[in-house]
Amino acid sequence: MLNIHRDICGYCGCCVSVCPEGALELIDAYLTVEPACTSCGICAKVCPLGALEVVHEK
Amino acid sequence: MKNKYDVLVIGGGPAGALAAKTAAEKGLSVCLVEKRPAIGAPVRCAEGIGREALAEFTDPDPRFISAEMTGAAIVAPDGFTMRLESAMAGNKVGYILDRKVFDRELVWRAADAGADVFVKTRATAPIRDGKKIAGAHLEFCGEKRTVKADVVIAADGVESKFSKWCGIDTTVPVREIMSSAQYVLTDIDIDPQATIFYLGNEVAPEGYLWIFPKGKRAANVGVGISGRKSGKGHRAKDYLDRFVKRQFPDGKAIECIVGGVSVCEPLQETVADGLLIAGDAARVVDPLTGGGIYNGMFTGRLAAEVAAKCIGNGNCSKNALMPYDAAWRASKMGRTIARNYQIKEFLIKLSDEKLNDIIHSLAKVNLKEFSTLSLIKEITKANPKLMLELGALAASLR
Ligand SMILES: Cc1cc2nc3c(=O)[nH]c(=O)nc-3n(C[C@H](O)[C@H](O)[C@H](O)COP(=O)(O)OP(=O)(O)OC[C@H]3O[C@@H](n4cnc5c(N)ncnc54)[C@H](O)[C@@H]3O)c2cc1C
Ligand code: SF4
Ligand code: SF4
Repeated sequence: MLNIHRDICGYCGCCVSVCPEGALELIDAYLTVEPACTSCGICAKVCPLGALEVVHEK
Repeated sequence: MKNKYDVLVIGGGPAGALAAKTAAEKGLSVCLVEKRPAIGAPVRCAEGIGREALAEFTDPDPRFISAEMTGAAIVAPDGFTMRLESAMAGNKVGYILDRKVFDRELVWRAADAGADVFVKTRATAPIRDGKKIAGAHLEFCGEKRTVKADVVIAADGVESKFSKWCGIDTTVPVREIMSSAQYVLTDIDIDPQATIFYLGNEVAPEGYLWIFPKGKRAANVGVGISGRKSGKGHRAKDYLDRFVKRQFPDGKAIECIVGGVSVCEPLQETVADGLLIAGDAARVVDPLTGGGIYNGMFTGRLAAEVAAKCIGNGNCSKNALMPYDAAWRASKMGRTIARNYQIKEFLIKLSDEKLNDIIHSLAKVNLKEFSTLSLIKEITKANPKLMLELGALAASLR
């Protein structure tokens, strides 16, 4: 599952451009993630601020 | 908002603004939608543009010019600084814009030309008529609307979701997204008329760090690193904070922005039935410099010109719109992107030692012309061995 830390996010769209599933969307000043997300972690890697985090549920 | 226009433009950045203005001037009915509540804010840019590039679209109105540049400097990984002055001392080579004002002014001009403009209005999906893109579903201040159009121009920037919804893969490869962070710093000691670029793995792996003056004691100080090199503890913001702490410990950050710049090759195809893709959405940023303001305006204007012709002929199929794709690729901008992509691919593979060598040797020659091309020409001249490594690229520079 992808966690979005809205308090850190600068809503820039960098992560949106690299998501292979098109699962992220920036709605003005907040980011949303759709069920299509595969938790691949690409977006979390490139975020300039570190606002995204993939958490694996046990 | 009407429910049918000749042209629907998605995105109110430089690409969308020029598309809307040009289409309106051609006598078409135009609707421009921008999802943000204010055009141009927050800024996602270091705001640098060449003098001639700007002149192609507008006079340098002091309202949107923050500073005029007469020179530049490149700082090698070992700290050695190479200065580049314009051929005539004091001659300006470019500007640092105030994009909050600039972007707004461009959209304002589109509105003056007759385009309808709606902010806080987001495109959420294309409308299809068979295979053809025939408009978009919009969310307008919380209300759902549909707007039909003969041609949709997707100018929705780095996110580029509209084209994705239309079935075109706009995903940027991880290693080719410049993950970036920038402060507007004030109260710092700088050369107010020169841009400075820092290279090297310590400051900006596979990218660069920039100081773009915004006034006598203020500048955009930012860094872009390859997405491949980004991760926990070593993100763009980490590199920026480290540099600022060392270089400008007393600087005051009055703005903090982040962003992504694509430095990949442009989309394979920038047209579909009823759809044209312009600006960052088409991935037409210069892969070497990361500059996309001019390229956005250029492709936006061209997209509208081709749209006007096709609407006039009553045929907006992919084939009919294809001259747009062909024209930008054949243009000076398109050729520069193709060449600079090769140069970027070469440069990012260099070790810091090799970069030092090149910059030291470059400092010994007198550059006659102020451009990345002349810089690269000198690099290859000064380093004959590089010519071999550069192969086909070097041949194209001779
Ligand atoms: C850190 C950084 C530094 C840069 N420095 C420079 C520089 O010094 N010089 C230079 O030339 N370039 C620079 N660039 C690149 C430059 O900012 C872009 O190339 C330029 O803004 C592209 O213009 P555009 O119109 O294509 O896209 P944008 O300016 O990004 O505009 C796209 C617009 O579309 C809107 N939008 C997106 N989706 C939707 C939707 N679904 N519905 C409605 N609206 C939507 C967005 O909100 C946005 O306003 C930099 C970029 C970054 C991130
Ligand atoms: S890249 Fe990071 S800061 Fe930018 S929108 Fe995505 S989560 Fe937010
Ligand atoms: S984790 Fe992967 S699939 Fe999920 S939003 Fe991020 S990039 Fe997309």
